[in-house]
Amino acid sequence: MDAKVTRDTRSSRLPANLLRLAPSTWGFLATMLIVFVAVQLAISERVLNSFWETIIRQGAVMAIVSLGLNLIYGFNGQFSLGQWGFYAIGAYAAADVTWRWDQAHSASGLVVLFLLVGLAGVWFWFLSRQLARVARVDALTAFTLYLVGMIVVAFVAIYLGQVLTEPVAAVLGVLPPGLAMQVVFVLAVLLAGALAAEVSFLFGLPVLTLGSDYFGIATLGFTIIVKVLLDNSDTMLGFAEMKGARGMVGIPQLTSWAWVFGFLVLTVIVVRNLLHSSTGRAIVSVREDEIAAKAMGIDVARYKNFTFVLGSLLAGIAGGLYAHINGFLHPDTFNFIKSFDPMIVVVFGGLGSVTGTLVASFAWALMLEGVLRLFLPQGFETWRFVVYPLLLLIMMLLRPKGLLGTFEAPFLRQVLPPARRPAVSENGPRVEAPTAAGSVLPNAADPAEGQGG
Amino acid sequence: MSGLAPNVAISGQPGGNGGQPLLQVSGLTKVFGGLRAVSNFEVTIRKGELVGLIGPNGAGKTTVFNMITGIYAPTAGEVWFNGTNLADLLPHQITQLGIARTFQNIRLFPNLTVLDNVRIAYHPHAGYGVMDAVLRSAHFERRERELTERAQDFLAVFNLQDRQGEIARNLPYGEQRRLEIARALAAEPKLLLLDEPAAGMNPREVATLMDLIHFIRERFDLTIFLIEHQMRVVMGICEWITVMDFGEIIARGTPAEIQSDPKVIEAYLGRGASELSQRLRQKRSHVT
Repeated sequence: MDAKVTRDTRSSRLPANLLRLAPSTWGFLATMLIVFVAVQLAISERVLNSFWETIIRQGAVMAIVSLGLNLIYGFNGQFSLGQWGFYAIGAYAAADVTWRWDQAHSASGLVVLFLLVGLAGVWFWFLSRQLARVARVDALTAFTLYLVGMIVVAFVAIYLGQVLTEPVAAVLGVLPPGLAMQVVFVLAVLLAGALAAEVSFLFGLPVLTLGSDYFGIATLGFTIIVKVLLDNSDTMLGFAEMKGARGMVGIPQLTSWAWVFGFLVLTVIVVRNLLHSSTGRAIVSVREDEIAAKAMGIDVARYKNFTFVLGSLLAGIAGGLYAHINGFLHPDTFNFIKSFDPMIVVVFGGLGSVTGTLVASFAWALMLEGVLRLFLPQGFETWRFVVYPLLLLIMMLLRPKGLLGTFEAPFLRQVLPPARRPAVSENGPRVEAPTAAGSVLPNAADPAEGQGG
Repeated sequence: MSGLAPNVAISGQPGGNGGQPLLQVSGLTKVFGGLRAVSNFEVTIRKGELVGLIGPNGAGKTTVFNMITGIYAPTAGEVWFNGTNLADLLPHQITQLGIARTFQNIRLFPNLTVLDNVRIAYHPHAGYGVMDAVLRSAHFERRERELTERAQDFLAVFNLQDRQGEIARNLPYGEQRRLEIARALAAEPKLLLLDEPAAGMNPREVATLMDLIHFIRERFDLTIFLIEHQMRVVMGICEWITVMDFGEIIARGTPAEIQSDPKVIEAYLGRGASELSQRLRQKRSHVT
C-alpha cells in the first residue's frame, strides 16, 4: 500500500510543493486539524473543565520532551536522565523573560537571553570551525575553550543588554499589549530552547565520550545540579524573582492549547523528516553499532552530540511551554525523581517509535496525572513513585518493546521504495544478473544458504 | 622493506600493475599493558593486489586491522595510505579516505533494513544538510532518490534486492556476510579489509565466498587485504601472504612458499609437526 503510494507521487512530478505531498502526509495533517479543532471546541464549549484542559496541555508538553528523549535514547542509544534538567532550564529561562515583561515591564530578560544565545551560538560556530583544523582535540580541552568563551559571552550579553533593553522595549511597545505579550512569549520559548541546547552542547562534549551507563549517571548528576541551583536561584544565581525553593509565581499563563499543539505538530514533523534522512540513518547507526558506524565513515561523536543537542532543544522548548501553563514554577517539579517521567513515557511508548511516544505521553497525562489523581484519595501523589516503577517493571516483563513496539502511523513510517529489478522476468528463476553476479552468487532466496554458522 | 624475512621480494612482483604502493605499514606496534599484541608489523600493498594475513588465534591479526582503520592508536609505527599518514586521523576519516572493512563477528546494523544498512554507507556522500532534510527541499528529494536507487542497484549486484526490506538480523548467516561486504563496498573504498570472511561458514559457503571475493575485486577494481584463519581460503585466492604469530611476522611470500615454510607449520601445528614435515620432505627429496 505504502510502496504504491510513493510510486504514484514520484511519477506525478507536479511543480507545486503542496500537491507533491504524499496521501499519508495529507492524512496526518487532516488528523491533526481534526484533533486540534475537536479539543479546541471542547475547551471553548466548556466540555472540558480547566483541570482536564491543563492535563491535555501537559500531555502535549510531555510529548515534546519525550520526543526529545526518544531521539537521544531511543534512536541514538544514549541513556540520558538529563532531559529533565534541560526542561527545567527552558522553563525557568522562558518564565524569567515573560515575567520581566509582564510584571516589571522590562525587556531586559528577552534582550539578555537573545544576546546570550546568539553570541554563544556564534562563538560555538567559530570555535568549532577552528578546532576542526586541529587533529584530535581532547574533549576536555575543547570543553574548556567553549566554556570560557561562553562565560565571556554571558558578561558581554549582560552589559550590552543594559544598553539595548530600552530601545527593544520601545519597539515592542508599538504593538498592542496583548500581541506584544504573545511575541515575547514565543521568542522566550524558542530562546529558552536554544539556551538549553547550548548548555547541552557544552555538557555533552566531555560527557558523551563516556560509555552508556556512565553517561546516564553523569546526566542524572546534571539534573540534580540544576535542581539545587534552582532551589537557590534567588541567592546563588541572583534572580530574586525566581524565589528559590519557595517557587516562582506570577508567570503569565500564555500556553494555550493552540500554542502547545502547534509546537507539538511542528516537533513531530521535524523529528520525522530528520529521521527519514541520511542524518537520521547516521543517528540510528550509532545506536546499532558504534564501531560499525565509524567503519562506515560516520562521525560518531558528532552525531551523538548533535542528537543530544536536538533532544535538549526540544526539552527546553517544552519547558518554556510548561512554565506558562500554570503560571507557577517550583524546583520540586524538576526533582530528579520526576526526571524518570519522560523515560517512562519513552519506554512505554516504545524506544524508537514516534507514534508510541505520542500515545504514551497523552496516556501518561490522562491516566497518571488525571484519572489517578482524581479518583484516588488525597495524598496519592506520594504513591505515584511506587506505581511508576511497578508499571515500568511489569511493562519490561510483558512488553519489553513498549506498547506499540516499532509501530508507526502511516505518516511517520519509513516508506520502502519499490524494489528495482534489473531486467529480470517476473517469476522465472534468476540465472544471470546483468553484471554476471547471478552466476557467481547464490540466489537470495536459496534456502540452503541459511544452513551455515 | 628492509631486513625482513628472506623472501621479501614483494617489491618485484610479477604482474603488478605499475606498483604504486597503496598501503604502507612500517614498524607497527601495539602494547596493551604488558602484552605486546603486535610488534614491528610491516606490509606494503600495491594497487590491485590481494594480500592475505594469516596466523593462529591471538596472533594479533585483527589488532593490525584495528590500527590501520584507526580504532586503536598504534603504540609505535606508521601507516601510510595513498600518500597520507593515517596517524592523526579518526576512524571515520580513514574510511572516507578509502579504506573499508568487515568484521570477524559480523557487525551489521542489526535492527535496520538491508537497504538502510547500505544507505548508511553513503552518508558521507549524501550531499545534503540537516536543513534540507527537515524542510524536505527539492534538493533533498533528488539526492535521496539518487542515493536510494544507487543502494538498490548495489543490492542487486549482490543478489540481495529481494531482501531490501528485511531486518538485517533476520537474514541467514551467509547473506549477513554478503550484506556486510556489500555495505563495506558501498563506502566506495580503494582498499578493502576483510577480517575472517569465511569464519563460521561451511565448505559450500566458503567456495561461494571465494568466488564473491574474486568477483568484487574485478568489478570494483579493488585492492584487498584479507585476514583468514582457514588456510584453504588464503591459499586459493591470495597472491601474497604474511604470516603472524604472537604479534610478530614469521614469514611472508607466495602461497606456495608459505605452505612449505617450517615456521608456519610450526606456528599452526606445533614443533613436532614442523619437524615431521621437514623429515618427510627430506625423505622425499632423497627418493627423487
